[in-house]
Amino acid sequence: MDGLIAREDTMAESNGEQQITSPYEVYSSPDRPERRKRDVPEGLWMRCPACEKMLYRKTVTENAEVCPECNHHFRMTGRQRVEQLCDPGSFEERFTEVGPDDPLEFHWAAKSYADRIAKEQQKTGNTEALLTGDAYIKGRRVALAVMAGDFLMGSMGSVLGEKLARLIEHATEHKLPLIVVCISGGARMHEGALSLMQMGKTSAALARYDDAGGLYIALLTDPTTGGTTASFAMLGDIIMAEPKALIGFAGPRVIANTIKAELPEGFQRAEFLQNKGFVDMIVPRHELRSEIARLIDYTMA
Amino acid sequence: MAESESNIDTAAALPFEKPIIRLAKEVADLESEQIKTGRDYGMEIRQLRAQYVSLLQKTYQQLTPWETVLVARHPQRPLGLDYINMVVKNFVPLHGDRRFADDKAIIGGLGRVGTEKVMCIAQHKGRDTKEKLERNFGMPHPEGYRKALRLMKLAEKFTLPVVTLIDTTGAYPGIGSEERGVAEAIALNLREMSRLKTPIVCVIIGEGGSGGALGIGVGDRVAVMQYAYYSVISPEGCASILWRTGEKAAEAAEAMKLVAPKLKELGVVDDIVKEPLGGAHRNPAEAGYNLERYIVRTLRNLNRLPTQRLLDQRYATWRAKGRVKILEEATA
Repeated sequence: MDGLIAREDTMAESNGEQQITSPYEVYSSPDRPERRKRDVPEGLWMRCPACEKMLYRKTVTENAEVCPECNHHFRMTGRQRVEQLCDPGSFEERFTEVGPDDPLEFHWAAKSYADRIAKEQQKTGNTEALLTGDAYIKGRRVALAVMAGDFLMGSMGSVLGEKLARLIEHATEHKLPLIVVCISGGARMHEGALSLMQMGKTSAALARYDDAGGLYIALLTDPTTGGTTASFAMLGDIIMAEPKALIGFAGPRVIANTIKAELPEGFQRAEFLQNKGFVDMIVPRHELRSEIARLIDYTMA
Repeated sequence: MAESESNIDTAAALPFEKPIIRLAKEVADLESEQIKTGRDYGMEIRQLRAQYVSLLQKTYQQLTPWETVLVARHPQRPLGLDYINMVVKNFVPLHGDRRFADDKAIIGGLGRVGTEKVMCIAQHKGRDTKEKLERNFGMPHPEGYRKALRLMKLAEKFTLPVVTLIDTTGAYPGIGSEERGVAEAIALNLREMSRLKTPIVCVIIGEGGSGGALGIGVGDRVAVMQYAYYSVISPEGCASILWRTGEKAAEAAEAMKLVAPKLKELGVVDDIVKEPLGGAHRNPAEAGYNLERYIVRTLRNLNRLPTQRLLDQRYATWRAKGRVKILEEATA
């Protein structure tokens, strides 16, 4: 019902105002909960939520935000993802001229969307929740779109739709493989039905790309939910997911509230979706580049 | 005029409609009194009726977005199947997605609107409790969207135009729904509807609840009925996230600008289908007539276009949806 923004409550909203200011899940020692914010300089140490080991943050970051002990995949910022996927220095950003508007002059409880956007821009250094451009992956030229989970939880508004549509058209015109990295709480409420329309808009652009014979690889990362899943994320010719990524339409809490029952173990995780037939392959972060390169060689090279 | 109140269930009356219904009752009482006693209340009745009409007009002119949402959900508002019965002649229902099941939240089939042969696909919530359960309150599962797509492909094969009637709070958020890939089903419909080689007209007749509505909502022309709404999330859902309480739904409805005139202004929809005075639930037949006229007129225009033109126009319309600011200083 409220699938589109299902995860926003847990992420987008609390993201800006409260705790988690970086994409890492910051785990402070339980006896000193008040220290979870900034008094530890961005946290030199962190606890892995999967294996519960204490990790030196720098080694995790150097390991592409993957736990060196148990292979748990932490979330990355949009910029980190670009850096991790592309050949060094090869990302040529495009369509940065497309910036956010506030068509509804949306405000709520003494807050305004315009302020919120400004805050997110300042925090991330990006104008919006999607980075688009040309890049090389293991020497193969691609059109790349990376959602920025650190920007209002990768929510989909007009800018995201417009930039993605432009990139898809660019990929169609230049016969480039298209890679879209998804991380999203869903459609952005603050732009009302205009956000919803981005699902139709991006899917229409993908139809033309498909007609032109392009290879579209969708990479689903934790979490991919709501309107993002119900549009371009699920339209990949090949759909990849990172291990254990949460992928769904409605958020788990919405479902639990609706059916008034507990959800089965592993529900809506990447492995579950693969079992049900909706994900082609689960690829650990370290192998993404070579898997993408291999698929391009089989199809569009 | 006041006669149209006689079929309104007072128990289902919306709070802002109570004075209207009270007036209508006064009229009815006077009328029966007149018959019973033989006394002439003609003057009073005429006056009260005039009052009734002007109050109805005033109330409906000033509906807040939240009140509009309540009208769109009115228990006596015509539903998908009601419109099919009124508008689609000689309807041949077709069932099932040929994959899993027949989703009763989405009805589809062949029929005629005016003189035009069409494939009609409608979300239907159900009227009484039993039917609501059977229809899952109009919340489709993936198989509903897959059935819709199957029927649209069938329409494409025989170059029949597609008419969709949208009325849902959303796709069903349940375990089976996710297991069977409701997101994939909706996504596929968006892509395939954008390139279906036959005209598509979509009308939001009640609730346009986010992705579940859009899943049958990509077309050449999208219209919303005057007191229907279209939104990215329910006002209650939006309120519980941003205001942290579902009780602020009215404010959320206001903020999301989900009513017909705004939707048209923002380019979310192309057209508005007028409803009778006091909403479709006061005069379903008139609402049905307006809908029929809209569909007939729109199809007549769309049928004139060669397929490629049609598809190019559809793409251009959808490509233009959204509002962004183009920044000067940035480098392309």
